[in-house]
Order: sequence, then structure tokens, then C-alpha cells
Amino acid sequence: MRPLGELVKGIYRENPVFRLALGLCPALAVSTSVENALGMGAAATFVLLGSNITVSLIRNFIPAKVRIPCYIVVIASFVTTVELVMGAYLPELAKSLGIFLPLIVVNCIILGRAEAFASKNTLGISILDAVGMGIGFTFALTLIAAFREVLGDGKLMGYMVFGPRFQPVLLMILAPGAFITIGLLMGYFNVLDARMKKRKSEAEEKRG
Amino acid sequence: MDLGQLFAIIVGAIFVSNFVLARFLGLCPFVGVSKDSDSALGMGMAVIFVMTMASIVTWFIYTYILVPLDIVYLRTIAFILVIATLVQFVEMVIEKVSPTLHKSLGIYLPLITTNCAVLGVAVVNVNEFMVTDLPVATSFIYTVVHGLAAGLGFTLALVLMASIRERLELVDVPESMRGIPITFIVAGLMAMAFLGFSGLKVG
Repeated sequence: MRPLGELVKGIYRENPVFRLALGLCPALAVSTSVENALGMGAAATFVLLGSNITVSLIRNFIPAKVRIPCYIVVIASFVTTVELVMGAYLPELAKSLGIFLPLIVVNCIILGRAEAFASKNTLGISILDAVGMGIGFTFALTLIAAFREVLGDGKLMGYMVFGPRFQPVLLMILAPGAFITIGLLMGYFNVLDARMKKRKSEAEEKRG
Repeated sequence: MDLGQLFAIIVGAIFVSNFVLARFLGLCPFVGVSKDSDSALGMGMAVIFVMTMASIVTWFIYTYILVPLDIVYLRTIAFILVIATLVQFVEMVIEKVSPTLHKSLGIYLPLITTNCAVLGVAVVNVNEFMVTDLPVATSFIYTVVHGLAAGLGFTLALVLMASIRERLELVDVPESMRGIPITFIVAGLMAMAFLGFSGLKVG
């Protein structure tokens, strides 16, 4: 159960964006289209995986006092790798992600997982944790992007969703749309959570 | 260098492409430290200071180390290390020179290392003022002014948000929207207001 739990927890129960409110800047900035969201999610997942693996491997050699700078150097190296590779093979995606590609370095999810998880756990579980968190982050990004792209552009992954007479809500593509979408989604997840808790306690009452 | 351009950079960084509300940078402190306006102001001051310092230092690093050695691709690593060191150093200096200032800013300084707005301003500076063929002095002045103005814009958004949230305390918000969700909705409305500045033609 435990290894699977480490993988799954990032997706909903400890979703980095909706539940822990981490990595908010890229989640809002690049969620203008699903394509960008998937690209950003993949890049962040790769960095997360690389940093979790490295940190978990070297966790016994790093003196506790300088651990944060060490983690930052590890993360920055992987980010530079992603920057160079993406710039070479997917220049258009790299361009539309813009400054948020180098800014993966300061994405609090990655440093957070290195400090809170990979520095205390063995390699296998750290990999699962990184994959789970990466999927959770990508899921959150894609969800926000789907709302914004469909309402603000009338498209999903570049395909028209509505008929030609649909008037796109331009606001959703612009900055305010991002803030409002994430606010409403977080509120909705809170409602879901409350409902689930209520159901659980009712079930326990019946049994008890 | 002309003053009109300088003015355009200042207005642009504070209002038109505000770091928080238009560029989505520094959202973590924006959500985390905006509960009361005193700490918002403290955080804002610390950010203005660090952003200006970071702009100056990264300009020197980029122009006199990365470009001559042809290792521009290492800028992310170089910048983040320099900024992290700078924040530590600034904290030590302030503690030594002015304990009162350290008391009011001190707790916010460590938080700034992971503030993406600081690295963001360095990267934006590179893209806008350093890769273009501006004369050296002009590029330096633009960079410093942009760093300062971006910090001011961040502080403006943070302080406005904090004052709104202080009032929100007294309002009956639906339970599931309390805390972060309603903060984002408010931020959305603020962003809408700031969108009005985008019609501004300066310079």
C-alpha cells in the first residue's frame, strides 16, 4: 500500500497546487493553453524527478547546514538541461513558456519535495513521490488551462469546441481569468473535501 | 538613453505589467504575507531592496563574467546562487548596521530567496536590456530602474491586497471559499482593474 500511496497522494490528496498552494506562479502564468500546460508539467516533472533522485542519493553526504544551497544547485543544473534541450528541439514551446522555464528553479514544489521528502527517504520511494507530485502538478495546470482555453479561445488543444458563432470570453485568457479560475477551483475542491469528510463520518456512525 | 524611455519602464513595471497581477511572479508571498498591512509593508520594503540589489549584481555578473567567458547558458545557476548569497549577506549586514531595521525586515528576508519575483526580475532584465545592443551605461541604468520599479509594483499589489483582506475578515464569506480561494478571486478583480492600465501609451 505504501509505495502506491506515495505515488497517488500527489494527484489529489496532497495536490501541490490546489491543496498545498505551491508552485502557483507557473500554474497561473502558463495555463493559457492546454499545450503550454502539458509542456510546463512535463518540464517540471523531469526536474522534480532528477532532483529527487539526486538528492535522495547524496542525502547522507550533504552537511545539514549547507543542504539548501546544495539542493538549489542540483535543481538549477536540471533546469538548465531542460532549458537547453527544449530550446533545441521544441523552440516554439520554449518561447511560449518564456521566463517561466528558467523560473522552474524557484518553483517551491521542487525544493519542497527535496527538503521534505527526498532528503529523508530512499531512492525508490523518492522516485514514486516525484512522479506522483509531477502528475499532480501537470493535472492541476491542465485543468486550469482547459477551463481558460475553452472559455477564452473556444478551443481545446487547438480544436474548435464550440460552433463558429461562439464569442470567446477574452478575459479568461488574460491575467484576471487565471486568478478567478484557480480561486473557484480551489473553492470547489474544498466543497468536495467537506462532502467526503461528511460521508466518511456518517458511514462511521452507521457502523458504530 | 532618454528620459521618456525611463519613464515608460517605471510606469510599465509598476502598473502595466505589474509583477504580481500581470506577470504572475511572487504569488507565494502575495498569498502568504498579505494577511495584515503592516507585515505586507515590511515584506514589500524587503523585496524592493533585494530586487534592486539583485538587478545590480546580476547585471555585473552577466555583462562582465557570463558574456566574456561565453557561458551565458549558465545564467540560471549563476543568478540563483548569487541571489541566495546576496540575501544572506544583506541579512547579516542589516543585522550588524541597524538592529531595528533587522527586527522589522529580518523575518521576511529568508523568504525572499525562493521568491520567484527576484529571479524573475533578473531574467526579464537580461531579456529586455542586456541581449539587446544598448550602450553599457544605458543598459545598466535601465536595469536598476526596472528592478526598483518592479519592487514598487510588487509592494503596491501586496499592500492593496492586505488592506482588502483586512476588510474581508469582517465579511461573511462562504465556508469553502475562505482563505486562499477568496484571495484569488479578489486578486482576479484587482488584475481586471490593472488591465485598464494596459491601454496606457507612454514614451
